[in-house]
Amino acid sequence: MNSATLASLSNLLVPTATVIYTLALLAHTVEWSSGLRVRKPAEQKVLVGADGAEIPAGADADGTDEPDRSSRWQQASRIGVLLTVLAFVMHAGGVLTRGLAAGRVPWGNMYEFAITASLAVAAVYLFLLTRQRLEWLGLLVTFVLAATLGIAVLALYVPAADLLPALHSYWLVIHVSAAAVAGGGFTVGGLASILYLIKSRAEAREADGKPMSAALRRVPSSAGMDAVAYKVHAFAFPLWTFGVLVAGPIWAYYAWGRAWGWDPKEVWSLVTWVVYAAYLHARATAGWRGRRAAWVAIAGWVVFLFNFIGVNLLLSGIHAYSGL
Amino acid sequence: MSEVKEHVETEPVMSGGKPPERPEPPALGLVGWLRWSWRQLTSMKTALVLLFLLALGAVPGSLIPQIPVDPIKVSDFYEANPSLASWYDKFGLFDVYKSVWFSAIYLLLFISLIGCVVPRLQVYLKALRARPPKPPRNLNRLPGHQRFETDASEADVLAAAHQELRKRRFRVETYDGAIGAERGYLREAGNLVFHFSLILTLVGVAWGSLFGYRGTVLVVVGNGFSNAVAQYDDFTPGRSFTPDDLPPFTLTVNSFKATFETQGPQRGAARSFDAGITYQETPESPEKSYDLQVNHPLSIDGTKVHLLGHGYAPKVTVRDGKGDIAFSGPSPFLPQDANFSSFGVVKAPDARPAQLGFEGFFLPTAVIDQRGPVSVFPDAVNPALVLTAYYGRPADETGKPQSVYQLDKTKLTQFDDGKGDKLRFQLAPGQSIDLPDGRGSLTFDSYDQWVKLQISHTPGLNLALAGILLAILGLMGSLFVHPRRTWVRVRTEDGRTVVEVAGLDRGPERGLGDELDAISNILNRKREQA
Repeated sequence: MNSATLASLSNLLVPTATVIYTLALLAHTVEWSSGLRVRKPAEQKVLVGADGAEIPAGADADGTDEPDRSSRWQQASRIGVLLTVLAFVMHAGGVLTRGLAAGRVPWGNMYEFAITASLAVAAVYLFLLTRQRLEWLGLLVTFVLAATLGIAVLALYVPAADLLPALHSYWLVIHVSAAAVAGGGFTVGGLASILYLIKSRAEAREADGKPMSAALRRVPSSAGMDAVAYKVHAFAFPLWTFGVLVAGPIWAYYAWGRAWGWDPKEVWSLVTWVVYAAYLHARATAGWRGRRAAWVAIAGWVVFLFNFIGVNLLLSGIHAYSGL
Repeated sequence: MSEVKEHVETEPVMSGGKPPERPEPPALGLVGWLRWSWRQLTSMKTALVLLFLLALGAVPGSLIPQIPVDPIKVSDFYEANPSLASWYDKFGLFDVYKSVWFSAIYLLLFISLIGCVVPRLQVYLKALRARPPKPPRNLNRLPGHQRFETDASEADVLAAAHQELRKRRFRVETYDGAIGAERGYLREAGNLVFHFSLILTLVGVAWGSLFGYRGTVLVVVGNGFSNAVAQYDDFTPGRSFTPDDLPPFTLTVNSFKATFETQGPQRGAARSFDAGITYQETPESPEKSYDLQVNHPLSIDGTKVHLLGHGYAPKVTVRDGKGDIAFSGPSPFLPQDANFSSFGVVKAPDARPAQLGFEGFFLPTAVIDQRGPVSVFPDAVNPALVLTAYYGRPADETGKPQSVYQLDKTKLTQFDDGKGDKLRFQLAPGQSIDLPDGRGSLTFDSYDQWVKLQISHTPGLNLALAGILLAILGLMGSLFVHPRRTWVRVRTEDGRTVVEVAGLDRGPERGLGDELDAISNILNRKREQA
């Protein structure tokens, strides 16, 4: 295949993956919303109040209830995961063919970085899914994936082309891939932290006697979510450190003649690093564990996103990509 | 310190577990107050606040133009908002990362760090020598507690458990009728290495900024450069730098070639820069040649030469009213846009009877559109020089240095074209123009290219790099090593041995390994065999 064929194949695969992620998002939406209505029928093992409306508080405080396997939300969840896997395969194919078409790593401009970084998010999520129950993150993950790819396809697309001289370096491979995979971890960790906050709030309310929605009842306990969030962050943080504080400065030293020059992208990478360092410290500090630490993680994710998108769009600097 | 203890000694982290410890109120007297302040500064909560401040403090430097990054933008900002700019300047906002308040944040952070990790190091060294602790009285209150009976003797059970735990790299201590085991000592070691390595990195960075230097120079192709402070266009020495630190090399730029994308949406984007240079490390050493490219700096005795930029230098010959050559040679013009429309001046202060000056644009690929002449491609496909001209009384020798990129027009008069408009002319290479009233002429002979070189030396960079790499190693230890304690206790009831095992995860993961199951499985198997 020549590069034009590969490029058009990539242009076919990436939008297709976007559509399938959107379908997966729909399936997960059904998963989350189905429980809101399916509570009434008598087939549910969960206790239902005499009038059929109230769910007794504390019936399943830790959300470990396992209704029968064929229930509607579980089917929706399985379909969502299957669609995500299918979309991931196409997505990976799209990124690969894009790289082959351009004859280099597929992260030389913002479109390519968006499709590669979102591939990293999907990879981190699916990898974790093979090791533990994580379907509860599917709704948020597929939303982020569909949105990122949609924006990339509709707003950021540029045809495959060669690179600026400063990007001709194998450090491009090391620096950007480390940052992208770490970003995938931050994203999954941030999403887990968001759900953790929602779930732990629901748990606290339940302790006060207020009912918890069925969808929230099904997902793991907030402690379990917190553990997942921590694991992903613990994986992403050293990688981020390497990507932006080792590989980045080394390459900057070769390309621009200084290891660190307070370029806006560098500043925000450091801010990201400091916020995640604060997250790890918060987890070890009395009075900061739990919800406050989760807020710090979410702040870190927002800073990371701003660094990835906002710095290129709003602030000028030498981290400009070719064609945006 | 209280935080340190808590981190080392407490049970697995539980959200909202312990209430936050209140700091003691300051004791009377200076010593008491100092001790209280020190304790506050080195507490984890202060470190957390300082981390947030550091993150917050770094932000303005990315939003407000910075003198070391882009001084021209700073002066533009001054012109646009003079009163706001003077306020910004009071708070060091044009040079955030060298400002007093930013330095204060990171220095306090590092003092807090040292104050935190040094006592932790002592605690850790003590913990390394300590024996794994005795089992607590009520093992059944611990996570993963298991209890079973076996026919094996107490001694056999303990020996088997001992062997299994050793195999799993636990440090094992035998007590009377019990075993205490602990593993994961490297977690705290990693934690300490991480923090001490950050100090190493800071020292490396500080060393580099004290003893290093960085300068840039614009060299027209065919010309040379010798490494002396006076030769630089722009030179930033570190505080402890002395001119003797400059290695005495010389270099000559022999050629320069830039290639650009010629088609597609990225037309005009640069694809390669290539400068052929020859250099001598010292006046006595042999001449060597080097192909200088972006990402491919030249290293001379620890000093790096980088190719930072390039541009055009039109070569013109200016004749004065008497017919004498008043100026001849290349004048570097500075690129103003991606297509290298370059602005510059040509000065002929020695022209007589009137001195002459020219100002305008060099356009590598000139076309004329509604805006007038512009360049549409960065390579020199159709070069043109578009100038306006000035004359004036011969200047007095003031000895005041003048910019080679700007024309001081205060005492000059602009030529007009005789029809009431300002004189403006466009020349292709080889073309000339005669100035009105026989005041002289200008010939656009050809053009040269120039390169902007950066020469820099940053000692301590390797130290900073080693620090960060060590920090990452330490970080991985502190994040991925699971410190755990495991206990086995045996007693004999009614002729059978009752075994209790339990464990405690001391990291934030809150998961126990499978060693408890492994131990009970091994012992159960023994029981079956028996």
